[in-house]
Amino acid sequence: MRITVASGKGGTGKTTVAVNLALSLAAAGSPLTFLDCDVEEPNAHIFLRPQIEREETTGILIPEVDDDLCTYCGRCAEVCVFHAIAVIGKQVLVFPELCHGCGSCAYNCPEKAITEVLRPTAKLRWGKATWEGAPIAFGEGVLDVGQAMATPVIRELKRKGLPNEGEAIAILDAPPGNSCPVVETMRGSDFVLLVTEPTPFGLHDLRLAVQVARDELGLPAGVVINRDGVGDDSVERFCAEAGLPILMRIPLDRRIAEAYAQGETIVARLPEYRERFLALYRRIEEEVGR
Amino acid sequence: MSTAPKQLVIISGKGGTGKTSLAAAIAHLAAGEMPIVIADADVDAANLDLVLHPTRLESHPFSNGLVAEIDEEKCISCGLCEEACRFDAILVPDRTGDPYGIDEVACDGCAACVYHCPVEAITMREPQVGEWYISETPYGPLYHAHLFAGADNSGKLVTLVKQQAKLRAMDDGRPLVVVDGPPGIGCPVISAASGADLALIVVEPTLSGAHDLARVLELTDHFGVPALVAINKGDLSEQQSAAIEAFCRERGVALSVRIPYDTLVTEAMVAGQPITAYAESPAAQAIRALWATIKARLGLQGKE
Repeated sequence: MRITVASGKGGTGKTTVAVNLALSLAAAGSPLTFLDCDVEEPNAHIFLRPQIEREETTGILIPEVDDDLCTYCGRCAEVCVFHAIAVIGKQVLVFPELCHGCGSCAYNCPEKAITEVLRPTAKLRWGKATWEGAPIAFGEGVLDVGQAMATPVIRELKRKGLPNEGEAIAILDAPPGNSCPVVETMRGSDFVLLVTEPTPFGLHDLRLAVQVARDELGLPAGVVINRDGVGDDSVERFCAEAGLPILMRIPLDRRIAEAYAQGETIVARLPEYRERFLALYRRIEEEVGR
Repeated sequence: MSTAPKQLVIISGKGGTGKTSLAAAIAHLAAGEMPIVIADADVDAANLDLVLHPTRLESHPFSNGLVAEIDEEKCISCGLCEEACRFDAILVPDRTGDPYGIDEVACDGCAACVYHCPVEAITMREPQVGEWYISETPYGPLYHAHLFAGADNSGKLVTLVKQQAKLRAMDDGRPLVVVDGPPGIGCPVISAASGADLALIVVEPTLSGAHDLARVLELTDHFGVPALVAINKGDLSEQQSAAIEAFCRERGVALSVRIPYDTLVTEAMVAGQPITAYAESPAAQAIRALWATIKARLGLQGKE
């Protein structure tokens, strides 16, 4: 089972739900992998406190031109749709920030004068979190500051970190928004859990997130309403209209906000929530089985 | 006399810290003192219009890059496109039961498959992926956009919205552009923040907020944008607020007053109004003080 926790709007409680769901499942004996795909601002480690065992550099494969072989024919520049390589007289210019790493320049070079080298843009960090004796395999991507492209980092994190189907439950913490990085996180999931708050902003961005999950990717989705009671009932009405199941409600509770501020989890502070998060997982299983 | 308009961008690193509520309030306060232009640069989750109630005057299509298309008639199912594609965007018959196709959501538009295809069955097209708008609000013109769900936010649409807003400010001689930015530190944020005269960074007093603040400050430093930090809901954690303030002082980053947690802020959002227009409240008072700080930092003359 692969579950992506997403939201559209930022700050609705994605990481809170993802982490507490993971801890509850691990404590109940499920093998579990947690991937923090919010590579621009990864925060799950604050709550899971994993021991990082390994760090690797990832990035984009950019062209390196061998001047001895290059005939300056300009074919590489012609095929590059991102204008990341240009030939001016007897000089080839590479613009690393523009390169998407597709490999077309190297493939199309008639002299085989281009090799691809890794331009580092992020770190992948791997380790293990432990909760009440139960292990959680942990992975996160951390985009280097000043780097623009989050999506390739997420792709790499998933490629290397996802367990084989049936071996473990995977929980993926998505970035906010509704564009490419979110799509990349959700792709291949069995279920998308959308965390929202009952406010006009929450609703607006939830609508968009549902479009991405259900309409674009064809994935089943359900909703967790966080800070229940804070705004109005428009989220609820939308869920009813859209046939979106509301799988859990977390009330506005000062104790939860305080725990969060200190980097503490709900299930540590309020143990009665363990059963509630397990119930959430059972509801997800039901929805996936439909 | 015409000088270049000042650009204030509101960002946060972490999402949901109150960027848009603050942007709306600052637009309201600023518009009371000088003509402004407003830009919503959070194009994949744009919310400013929920508070500013714009009347749309113009709507323009937005395209950004290419998507591959396979001609079923020509395809010989050799699979070379799948080998070439580094974005997992080729739909393979073994898995889908359909002929070879393109997962348009995954397709990066690089055209590598076009060159690997031995029978020229693949072509590239340029679909529309969003729209951008010029609208009128009670506080000035609003430049905003909607990126279609799941599209690639390369920052181009953000840049476009921001540039259009700035040009308008220059044309009309409006001294200030208020830009509501996206969360994160990647492409859209870089586009939103670059060239700004001041980045107002809205942070919440949590460990996550502090962690993300450090990264977003590295970003503003990297691009040479002066930063001003405002702690929102400051009283939710005295300990974390104090830690963030100490961190900012140590780093030499300007700090504004703390904005207190105030349930009227959510009420104002539900009512669809900037908090400063909705009710006199502790948060509104703090935001007035914040606006005075911003004005001073940008060297703007407003009537009091």
